[in-house]
Amino acid sequence: MIEVKNLTKKFDDFVAVDNISFKVEKGEIFAFLGPNGAGKSTTIKMLTTLLHPTEGILRVDGHNPVTESDEVRRSFGIVFQDPSLDDELTAVENMEFHGVLYDVPDKLRKERIEQLLKFVDLYDRKDSLVKEYSGGMKRRLEIARGLLHHPKIIFLDEPTLGLDPQTRNHMWSYIRDLNKNENTTIFFSTHYMEEAERVANRVAIIDNGKIVAIGTPEELKENTKTSSLEDAFLALTGNKIREETGGVAEQMRVMRRAWKR
Amino acid sequence: MKKIYILWLRQIKRYLRARSRIIGSLAQPLLFLLALGYGFGSVYQEAGKGDYFNFLAPGVISMGILFTAIFTGIEIIWDRQFGFLKEILVSPTSRFNIMIGRTLGGATIATLQGVLVMLVAFIFGFHLTNWWNIIPGILMMFLIATLFTALGTMVGSMLEDMQGFQLIMNFLIMPIFFLSGSLFPLEGLPKTLSIVTRLDPLSYGVDGLRDVFLGTGHYNLSTNILILVGITMLFLWLGSYFFKKIEI
Ligand SMILES: Nc1ncnc2c1ncn2[C@@H]1O[C@H](COP(=O)(O)OP(=O)(O)OP(=O)(O)O)[C@@H](O)[C@H]1O
Ligand SMILES: [Mg+2]
Repeated sequence: MIEVKNLTKKFDDFVAVDNISFKVEKGEIFAFLGPNGAGKSTTIKMLTTLLHPTEGILRVDGHNPVTESDEVRRSFGIVFQDPSLDDELTAVENMEFHGVLYDVPDKLRKERIEQLLKFVDLYDRKDSLVKEYSGGMKRRLEIARGLLHHPKIIFLDEPTLGLDPQTRNHMWSYIRDLNKNENTTIFFSTHYMEEAERVANRVAIIDNGKIVAIGTPEELKENTKTSSLEDAFLALTGNKIREETGGVAEQMRVMRRAWKR
Repeated sequence: MKKIYILWLRQIKRYLRARSRIIGSLAQPLLFLLALGYGFGSVYQEAGKGDYFNFLAPGVISMGILFTAIFTGIEIIWDRQFGFLKEILVSPTSRFNIMIGRTLGGATIATLQGVLVMLVAFIFGFHLTNWWNIIPGILMMFLIATLFTALGTMVGSMLEDMQGFQLIMNFLIMPIFFLSGSLFPLEGLPKTLSIVTRLDPLSYGVDGLRDVFLGTGHYNLSTNILILVGITMLFLWLGSYFFKKIEI
């Protein structure tokens, strides 16, 4: 369903994604793990047509995101790591907008919007402007919106960031149902290792733009002789905090990005 | 079609929710209308040209449209910074349709703004020979609005943040306004200025509007319309080309 071969992305001279290759089969739940700045979001953006790769081959649902972007866009849904709601619209209006852009038929759209807003517990506040929401409420709305059309592939970039444990469990059970009932392929990134261990069929660990390990959680634990995915992750990527270990140039880059926000 | 409508609707809703902006962008055209209109009125009359206030009003209406249109077009930079542009760009919507939806939304807003300026101008004494001409006048305003929203969207899609904004204000919006014949008649201009006004798309808009409202056009009305439509098409096409190239 997703195929990546020798993929590289450079920002000027800086290599954010460095010659990675992997495959995700249809119906798989695939976790993409790695320390901050490893290149997870960059890879997801390339798969979802938002960034163009510097080198390498990409296939999403059998199509090339660069040359066949329309076909690719029809095949997936995505929950971004950064905010992507319109603050000046209400929750329902944000959902409506999404549903129309993804050609969800009128009746089905109305039903699903109601069902999903109830599911993420925002139905009472459905007509409030999004700018009046708390951080977690916005996050829940982003997730609900991402699940509105039922695509073949769902990309989730740190979907559970900033959510309480109840909501997290609730959301994962919904996504697993979707995966089971509609055979939806799930591609997600997260920093919660127990989450990845629990839901993912296979895991890839990326560090400094390179894939350092790929396999089922069991395989990774076996190969590193550890008892949890978290320990395996630490064994594979080391204990150092990324941004502090980077050279001066990297630190400047991080600061520049922080200022841009 | 439905996608274009929802893109349009989003902008209208945002506009109607920002009341202070509606009032705020009325102030500038009004200042020009009252200060210049009354200020130069007697000089203009002595030169044997007639009523300057009436001559100026279509120019100031066009000004209101120009500013609002380019601003709503450029608003795409905010969408980029607040992240909503990602949501639009990953959706299976053709870039041309995105461009059309945005442009129609912005153009509707700019036209409404122009109508507001017009109503205020009526209060202060702007008058038409035939009041039925308001209807073709509004169509003309919509044409101007579409052209400059398309231009604004195109420029906005090439910029990453608001840092270039001063540049756009001083090197795009202001020259378009001052060199358009909004404030002065196109007859009897010095050679260079006359050439420059011909290159300014707003000249044809203002002239068309004057023709419809007052029956005193410099160019032919159909020439004006043809040029405006042609340039709008060009900007729409260029805009969707730049849209395709956006990376986030
Ligand atoms: N537009 C850009 N311009 C320059 N550098 C960039 C850009 N986008 C990302 N980078 C850099 O590429 C690297 C990878 O970033 P990416 O966002 O993919 O990391 P990530 O794995 O998603 O990290 P996190 O867990 O913090 O979200 C980082 O060093 C980042 O600074
Ligand atoms: Mg990320």
